[in-house]
Amino acid sequence: MSVASVRRLVLSDSPIPWLAPLVALLVVFTVYPLIYNIWLSFHEFVPKRRALEFVGFENWIQLWGDARFWSSMGVTFVYFFVALFFQVTLGMAIAMLLDAELPGFGMLRAVLSMTLVIPPAIAGMMFLLMQDPQFGVLTYFLSQLGLLDQGTPILSTSSTALAGVLVVEIWQWTPFMVLIFMAGLRALPTEPYEAAMIDGASGWQVFRRLTLPMMSKVIAVAILLRGIDLFRVFDYVFVMTSGGPGTATYSMSYYAWQQTFTATNWGYGATISLVSLLIVIVMANVFISVFKVRW
Amino acid sequence: MHQSRATRTLRTIAGWLVVGVFFFPIYFWTSVAFRNAKDIFNWPPKIFVFEPNMHNFEEVFGISLTIGPQVVNPGGGNFYMAPRLLDSIIIATFSTLLAIVVATAAAYCLSRMPFRGRHHFVNWVLSTRMMPPVAVAIPMFFIFKEFTLLDTYLGVILIHALMNLPLAVLLMKSFFDDIPAEIDESALIDGASRWTIFRRIVLPMAKGGIAASAVLCFIFSWTEFLFVLTLTQTGLKTVPVVSSTFVTSIGTAWGNMAALGAAAIIPAFIVVLLVQRHLVRGLTMGSLKQ
Repeated sequence: MSVASVRRLVLSDSPIPWLAPLVALLVVFTVYPLIYNIWLSFHEFVPKRRALEFVGFENWIQLWGDARFWSSMGVTFVYFFVALFFQVTLGMAIAMLLDAELPGFGMLRAVLSMTLVIPPAIAGMMFLLMQDPQFGVLTYFLSQLGLLDQGTPILSTSSTALAGVLVVEIWQWTPFMVLIFMAGLRALPTEPYEAAMIDGASGWQVFRRLTLPMMSKVIAVAILLRGIDLFRVFDYVFVMTSGGPGTATYSMSYYAWQQTFTATNWGYGATISLVSLLIVIVMANVFISVFKVRW
Repeated sequence: MHQSRATRTLRTIAGWLVVGVFFFPIYFWTSVAFRNAKDIFNWPPKIFVFEPNMHNFEEVFGISLTIGPQVVNPGGGNFYMAPRLLDSIIIATFSTLLAIVVATAAAYCLSRMPFRGRHHFVNWVLSTRMMPPVAVAIPMFFIFKEFTLLDTYLGVILIHALMNLPLAVLLMKSFFDDIPAEIDESALIDGASRWTIFRRIVLPMAKGGIAASAVLCFIFSWTEFLFVLTLTQTGLKTVPVVSSTFVTSIGTAWGNMAALGAAAIIPAFIVVLLVQRHLVRGLTMGSLKQ
């Protein structure tokens, strides 16, 4: 293309020059890696020959018989649903509590948003320290309350390790829900509430029949965005437990990463990451069409 | 709704308590940064009473390297992390710039120019936000290796910009949507080109929104972990990745780690307060307006 024709294109009403850089970046950094990942899932690194070799569907077949893979999927789903449950219910409760003009509440809302800008890896380290069996504050509080035997290593006991990771998740991201729900609550019209008060509806009825339905779009958006992130949990697992003890906290993202970069099963790790990608895309798109979320 | 005085008092107390619980870990972590080892490794843990000092910050920022006697850590390793803070700043700044420049043009187009399949295009941009980072990081490692982008600023800047593109595009589209399209149309009739309208009219009007988008991109790059962990080796490291490595042969250097952590968190707090007004819109990628 000549300079003049480029100039004409830029000055015309065509969307191409506006979108071209975005499309180029997205193709190079998402479409190409995706294709490369699929290619990788049909290959495997052979240490003896120090090279990638074509293995056909071997990696995909291996998934079926791999107990650690299924366990990682189970861990990811448990993590996903438990975290979402607490974040949505606590988020709604706190949003309704703070949705008032009371002394200091403006500042409290700002303080809550602080957790959102902490690097998750550092938040994981914070709670690793607080859950230390010998000098952790959280261990201390829990043992004082009689909920935990003193000196229990929360993160290296297989029955409590996932809960230990979930605590950080819920702590860091419940404010995300609070802020979104609070914005939703403020945008609600007041007339239906006045009518309900005249009709003598109870607080619970008002919440069930008015607040929840009117907030459904807001709740759906919050669940969608949080859900996408919950499914990829990696940072907390990496810094707090490295998947242990045993496979108690292996998430799919962590297992994929560990297979590729620690166990040098490049192709197998790629295969696992593709499975988690497929699950997210399917779940998110079903959710978007069921709840009619639109951008 | 009208509430009695007792309910209001109770609610005020409950609000303060709940937020207090959420704030506690931040307070505790920051206080650890100012502690000696004996105030960290104590049972029962010390919560409010300890001897504050700046020792950890001095080590992390290299002040103890230039003044006073050289300190040799018994477990080996040194905790001079100022260069890592610089790495973080360079990566976050340039990836934000790149994402914002590319996304502003695209967002303006998606907000103003009708074309076939625009809705599908927006959905495609959104769907790239769904990709688990690990599914990008694994192939990217091998691709970067081929193009010798591993362990380079350019590589991490590109990948962070990409990671922020869906957010930046959708968020800025929502800000452009707020500006009445009639302004553009009347300027078009007057013979102005799209480019002129974009530069002279729309861009100045969307300044606040663009700034808010930039702040969020900066924070997401600042806090990102997996890509930096995977795509860098020894040449550069950002703060979140390096702070997970404060483990020596005699245990974890909690004080130093907390000092670095606090130094990384405090600027982010200040910055996020500046965009408080647009925070919800940003967190929901432009889908909900405050």
